[in-house]
Amino acid sequence: MQKHKKNINLLLGSGILLIFVGVLIVSFFYTPYDVNSMDIPNKLKEPSATHIFGTDEFGRDIFSRILKGSQTAFLVGILTIAIGGFFGVLIGGIAGYVGGWLDEVFMRFMDALMAFPGIILALMLVAVFGPGIINTSIALGIIAIPSIARVTRSGFVQQKEAEYVTAAKLIGVKNYKIMFKHILPNVSSQIIVALSIAFAIAMLAEAALSYLGLGVQPPDPSWGRMLKDAQSYLINSPWYTYAPGGAITLLVLGLYLLSNALRDLMDPRSK
Amino acid sequence: MFYIIRRIILLFITVALVSVITFAVFQVLPGDPIRTMLGTEADETQIENMRSELGLDRPLYEQYFTWIKGLFTGDLGNSIRFSMPVSTLLMERLPVTLSVASIALVIVLLVALPLGIFAARRKNKASDVVLSSVTQLGMAIPSFWLGMIFILYIGMNVDFFRINGYVPWTESIQGALSTLLLPALTIAIPQIAVKFRYVRTSILEQVQLDYVRTIRSKGLPEKIVVYKHILKNAMIPILTIFGLITAEIVAGTIIVEQVFALPGIGQLLITSISNRDFPLVQGIVMYITVAVVFINFVVDILYSVVDPRIRLR
Repeated sequence: MQKHKKNINLLLGSGILLIFVGVLIVSFFYTPYDVNSMDIPNKLKEPSATHIFGTDEFGRDIFSRILKGSQTAFLVGILTIAIGGFFGVLIGGIAGYVGGWLDEVFMRFMDALMAFPGIILALMLVAVFGPGIINTSIALGIIAIPSIARVTRSGFVQQKEAEYVTAAKLIGVKNYKIMFKHILPNVSSQIIVALSIAFAIAMLAEAALSYLGLGVQPPDPSWGRMLKDAQSYLINSPWYTYAPGGAITLLVLGLYLLSNALRDLMDPRSK
Repeated sequence: MFYIIRRIILLFITVALVSVITFAVFQVLPGDPIRTMLGTEADETQIENMRSELGLDRPLYEQYFTWIKGLFTGDLGNSIRFSMPVSTLLMERLPVTLSVASIALVIVLLVALPLGIFAARRKNKASDVVLSSVTQLGMAIPSFWLGMIFILYIGMNVDFFRINGYVPWTESIQGALSTLLLPALTIAIPQIAVKFRYVRTSILEQVQLDYVRTIRSKGLPEKIVVYKHILKNAMIPILTIFGLITAEIVAGTIIVEQVFALPGIGQLLITSISNRDFPLVQGIVMYITVAVVFINFVVDILYSVVDPRIRLR
C-alpha cells in the first residue's frame, strides 16, 4: 500500500511536470494567436472553438497567453532555485564543514531571514529592487537561501565525520575540494528535495507578487498578473480566472507531488 | 530555566538581526530618496533642509539607533505619502488584519484537528486517501484565486456575505462577520491542508508506541485509547503548529485583503510600496516580523512547559 502510494505520487507529479515542460517547449515555437495582438471587438469572449480559454479585456487569446506565461513561470522558478541553491549550498556547506563561531554567525543570520514571513520579505525586497522578472527572481532567490542552507548544513555536519573525509584530509586534499567534490555529492539528494520544494514555493510566490502588481510587469505574460486583470471582470466573465488559476494550481500540485515522492524515495527511514 | 534564558537570548539576537536586515535593505536603494520625494524642481537648500529634518545627514549607525528607538517608543517618523505618523496609520488598520487572522486561526484549528484525527483512525482506507489527495490540492491552490472562487460561488449566492469593504465590529457584529468570514476561510484552507497532515502524522507516530499497545491489550475501548491517551501525547507536537501557523496566516492575510478589498495592514503595505513610501514599508515589515517572532517565542516556552524533555536537547 505504502509503496503503491509513492508510485502514484511520482507518476502523477512527473506526469504533470512533463505536460508543463511540453507546454513550455511548444510556446517557444507556436501559439495559436500572437500573445500581444489586441482585438478589441472580440474582447472578453467566452471560451469557444476559436478561443478555447476565451479572450481577455483587450481581445487577446487567453490560451496563447497561458502558453507564453509558462516561460515566465519557469524562468522565475529556475532563476530562483539557481540563486537560492548557489548561496544556500555555499553558506550551509561552509557553516556545516567549518563549524564553530562561523557556523553560529551564518546560521543565526539564516534564522533571522527565516523569521520574516516569506511574502513580507519578498515584498520588502521588491519594494527596493523594483518589479520585473529578474528582480522578482532575485527577491525569491534570497528567500529560498535559508531553507536550502539548513538542509545543506545538516548534511555536511553528518558527513564530515565520515571515514572518507578523514582519509581525504590525511592525504592532503584541499578543504574546498573535500567540501564540494567529496561531501556535496553525498548530500545532493537532500538538496534536490529542498530545491524542488523551493521551486514550487517560488511559483506560488511569483504568482502572488504579480497578482499584487509588484512582480512580473506587462507586457511579460504572467499567470498571477492575468488573475489580477481578471478580477476586474470577475462577475461578468468568471471563466477568465479559470485558466490562469488552474495553470498555477496544477503546476504547483505537480511539483508538490514530485517533491513528496522524491523525499520518500531518498529518505531511507521511510522505506 | 537554562532553556528559557537561552531562548530569550536567541529571541534578542533574532530581533536585532531582523532589524539590521530591514534597515540595511533600504540603504541599497538606488538614487537619493530626498530628491525622489521633493521632485525635480527642489533647489539645493530645500533638499539640505529636508535631509537634516529627516536626519539623513547623520552617520548610518546613528540613523539606525534613532530608528530602533522609534520602534520601541512607537515613533517611526512620518509616512511620506500620508504625512501622518507611521504608528497612527498602523493602529487604524490593525483591527481589520487582527480580526481576519484570528478568525482564520480558529477555523484552522476547528477543522484541521478533527479531520486529522478522523484520517488517522482510518489510515489508508478510502476516506483517508481521498482526504490526503484533496489536501494536496488545497496546498497548491493560490489563495487569491481561491478567494475569487469564493466570491463567485458563495459571496454572490448567499445573502449574508458582503464581498467588498469592511464593517467595523463596533458598528455591527453581524456586519463585521459578513465581511470577514469569507476572507478568513480563504486564508484558512491552505493552512488546514498543511496542518491536517501534521495532526495525522503526529497521531500515527503515537500509535506505534509501546504504551498504546499496552492500553489496547488491557482492553480499553478504542475511543478512550484515541481521545484520552493518544491525543494527549499527540497534542504536544501539534502545539508547535500554533507558532508556524501565525507566520503563514499573517502572510496569507496580506494577500487576501487585496482580493476582498479589506482596509487592513496588507493593503497599507501594498499601497506604501506602490507609493515608494519607504518609512512606512520599513515600519510595517518590522512590526509584523517582530510580532511573528514573539509569538513563536511564546509557543516555544509553552512547549517546554508542557514537554520538559525539550529543555534537555
